[in-house]
Amino acid sequence: MNIFYLPRRDAITLAVFALVVLTMPIWLVPFGAAYPGLMQKFAIFAIFAVGYNVLFGLTGYLSFGHAAFLGVGSYTAVWTFKLMTMNVIPAMIFAVIVSGLFALAIGFVSLRRSGIYFSILTLAFAQMCYNLAYSVLTPITNGETALQLTINDPRVLDLMFSERGAGLPSPSLLGQGMSGIEAFYVVAVVLLIAFYIAQKIFVSPFGMMLRAIKSNQTRMHYTGFNTRPYALTAFVISGMYAGLAGSLLAATDPLAGAERMQWTASGEVVLMTILGGVGTLIGPVIGAWLIKYFENIFSGFNDAMLHHTFSWLPQGAQDVVVAITSKFVGEGWQLSLGLIFVLVVVFLPGGVMEGIRRFSSIFRNRREPGPTGALKTSPAE
Amino acid sequence: MTLLKRGLTRRRVLQTGMAGIIGSGVAPLMFTKGAWAQEFCNNPTGDTVTLGFVMPLTGAYADEGADQQRAFLLAVEHLNGEGDGGLLPTFSSKVLKGNGILGKKVAYVTGDDQTKSDAGRDAARRMIERDGAIMISGASSSGVAIAEQALCQEMGVIYMAGLTHSNDTTGKDKKRYGFRHFFNAYQSGTAIAPVLGEAYGKDRRAYHLTSDYTWGWTQEESIKNATEAMGWETVAAVRTPVGAGDFSQYITPVLNSGADVLILNHYGFDGVNSLTQAVQFGLRDRQANGKDFQIVLPLVSDLMAQGAGEAIKGIYGTANWDWQLDDAASGAFTRSFGAKYGQPPSQIAQTSYVQALLYADAVERAGTFYPPEVIKALEGFEFDGMGNGPTLYRAEDHQCLKEVLVVQGRENPSTTFDVLQTVQKVGRDVADYDASIFEGELGPYDAALCA
Repeated sequence: MNIFYLPRRDAITLAVFALVVLTMPIWLVPFGAAYPGLMQKFAIFAIFAVGYNVLFGLTGYLSFGHAAFLGVGSYTAVWTFKLMTMNVIPAMIFAVIVSGLFALAIGFVSLRRSGIYFSILTLAFAQMCYNLAYSVLTPITNGETALQLTINDPRVLDLMFSERGAGLPSPSLLGQGMSGIEAFYVVAVVLLIAFYIAQKIFVSPFGMMLRAIKSNQTRMHYTGFNTRPYALTAFVISGMYAGLAGSLLAATDPLAGAERMQWTASGEVVLMTILGGVGTLIGPVIGAWLIKYFENIFSGFNDAMLHHTFSWLPQGAQDVVVAITSKFVGEGWQLSLGLIFVLVVVFLPGGVMEGIRRFSSIFRNRREPGPTGALKTSPAE
Repeated sequence: MTLLKRGLTRRRVLQTGMAGIIGSGVAPLMFTKGAWAQEFCNNPTGDTVTLGFVMPLTGAYADEGADQQRAFLLAVEHLNGEGDGGLLPTFSSKVLKGNGILGKKVAYVTGDDQTKSDAGRDAARRMIERDGAIMISGASSSGVAIAEQALCQEMGVIYMAGLTHSNDTTGKDKKRYGFRHFFNAYQSGTAIAPVLGEAYGKDRRAYHLTSDYTWGWTQEESIKNATEAMGWETVAAVRTPVGAGDFSQYITPVLNSGADVLILNHYGFDGVNSLTQAVQFGLRDRQANGKDFQIVLPLVSDLMAQGAGEAIKGIYGTANWDWQLDDAASGAFTRSFGAKYGQPPSQIAQTSYVQALLYADAVERAGTFYPPEVIKALEGFEFDGMGNGPTLYRAEDHQCLKEVLVVQGRENPSTTFDVLQTVQKVGRDVADYDASIFEGELGPYDAALCA
C-alpha cells in the first residue's frame, strides 16, 4: 500500500484546507488581517495547535507546558542562525531535534502520572524552563532582552562562502529571502506538511492506540498493552511540532524571548484547542487563528477608530457606544476573548467545530430526514 | 434550485478549486508589484501620513504606557494644527506650521506591546505591513525598544524610541534607523553620584537589586562604576525578574548583608513595589555600619512616585524632565497636556511627545519622507525649546545630549502630582560622554522596501 495514501475523506479535507491556507492573502483582506506578519503567525500557531492536538486530542493528556518546547525551538533556531548559517532548513531540523529531546526528558517523568498531576508536572517543568531562561541560563538566552542576531556572530557555514555584509543578515531559504509574503508561503507549505502528517497519525493504528488510551487506559492495561511508550511517543511528537513552530517564529523574525515559554503561552494553546474543538483536526487551527486575530487586531483598535466606525450614529449615542465598546478592544481585547471562550465552552462544548457540525446537520436533516427516532434522544428505560 | 437539489458535484468543486489556486498564484505577484511601485517602505502617497505608536498598555509598565499614549495623541493634534499648538511655538526650529507633515494630515495607529519584545514586534509589524506606518515610536522598556528598533532597521522604517534608559539602545544595539531622546543609565550615574556622595558620604556600602534585562544590567553597571569611583563599595548585585510583584524574598537578605545603601534598579510597577516593600521592611529606620540606612532609585518618574506614596519621600533619583521646571517650553507643554487630560505630564509623556515632533520637523527640513534624508536631518541636529534646554542629537550614536535632572521625593507634597523636586540640574557638558565608550555599529543608511 502506498505510504502517502490518505482516506478519501481526509484527502478532501487536506485539499480544502490547503486552498483555505494558500488563499489567505485574499480572503483575509476584509478582516484587515491580510498582512504578512499576521498571516505568518496564523500558519505558525496552527502548526503549534495541530501538534498539541496530537497529544491532547488523541490521548487526552492535558499538557500545560507546551510553550517550553516552542521556546526551546526558537532558541535553537536563533543559535543555529548565529553559529552556523542563516539558512532556515538546518535551523528547523535542529529545533525539532532539540525540542524532541526536551519533550522526551519531560515526558518521561511527567507521564508517570495522569490527569491533573500530569498537567501540574508539565506546568512545573515549563515554568522551570522559563525561570531558567530568565536567570541561570541568561548567557544562552539573553534573558528579558531576548536572544538576537548581531553583526559579529560567527555564522561559520555562511562566512566560508561569502563576506560579512554591512547590515544584519536575515534568514533565507536556499538563497531566497524569508520576509513578507514569501515567508508566509514557506510557512504555509510547512503547515500543510505538518497537517498531512497529523492526518496520517490520526488514521494510523498508532492513532487508534492513542484514542484507546484516552477512552480507557485501565482496560488497555488489562488487555496487556503497555500504554506508556505510546503516550510518550505522542508527547514527543507534539513537542517536536511545538519546536518546529518555534523555529519558524525565529525564521520569520530572528529573535527569541523567554516570554514565549511563559505559562500564559502554554495556556494559550490549550485555549486554542478547546475553542476550536478538541480531537478534531481543523478545530485547533481555527482556534489558533481566532486567538491570534483577537490578539493582533482587536488590541490595535483605539477610540479614534471606534468613533470612525460608529460615525453613522448621532453624536450622543456614538459617545455611549464608543465608551462601552472601547472596554472590549485595545488593551481590553482579552476581555472579549474571555467572553467568547465562556460562551463557547458553555453552549458549544465541542468548540467551533461542534457549532459547524450542528449548523450543517440542520441542513442535512431538512433535506433528507433520517430514519425516524434514530437521532432522537429518549430517556433510558 | 436545481443546483441546490443536486448538491455540489465533484466537477464544480474542482472548478472552484482551480480558480482559487490560480487566484492564490497571482496574489503574490500583485503584492510584489505593489512593493516595487514605491521607492522606499511605506512612502505616503495619499493626503495623509500614518505614524505608528506602540505602547505597553498592559504589563509591568502599563502606567507609563497610558501616559505615553496621551502624549502621542496630543502630538498628533498639535501637528495637525488642533489644540493650542503645545511646543510648536517654543521649538527653536520653526518649520512645523500645524498643517501636518509636508502638507499631509497626520493619522496614527496604536498597539499594545504588553511590555514584551514579541508582542511589541508583532504590533510594529502590523503597523508597517498593514497600516503603512512611515515611522514607529514608543516603548517604555529598553528590551522592547531594542527589539523594535532592530525590526525597524530591517524594514527601513524610522524608529523614535520612547522611554528607554539602557546604555545598549544607543550603545551596543544602536541602529541607523533608531533615535533616542531620553537619557541613559551612564548619564544617570554621572549625574547622581556626586549628589549621593554629598548627601550620604563617600564610604558607603551598596547593595543592588536589578531588573534582569538590558536596562537593569547597564544601569547596575553604570551606577556601580560611578559610585565606586568616588569610594563606595558594592556588597552584592542581585537580579530580579521583571514584573515580580513580590520582592520580599530579595529584600530580606539585604538586612544582614553589611550594606548600608540599597540601590533599586527597578522601574514601573517593579520600582513601586520594591521601594514600598523595602520601606515597609523598615530598612530606612535601620542603622547599618553606624549610619542611617538609605535607599536610592536611580531612575524615577512622577508616575512611580505617585504609586509609591509615602515611601518616595526623601529618595534620590534621576529624571529626564519634570513638569515643574520653570522654562517656557516646560510650562507650555504642562498647560497643554493639563488642559486636555486634567493632570500634569510625566517624563515619558514629554520624551514621547518631543520624539514625535522631532520626527515631523526632520521630515519638513529634509523636504521628503525618504528615510536616509530624514536620518541625515536628525543626525547632529541642535535644537532648543523642548523643555530640556539646548539639546544635540549626536550623529555618532543617535543619542540626545542635554541636561539631566537629579530629583528627590518631596517631604511635604502640596498636591498628589507634586511628588518630586529637582535638587540639581546637571549640565549638558557634564552629562556628555564619548560615544565610542560603547561598542556597536549604526549600520547602513540604505532605504529598504519594508524588508
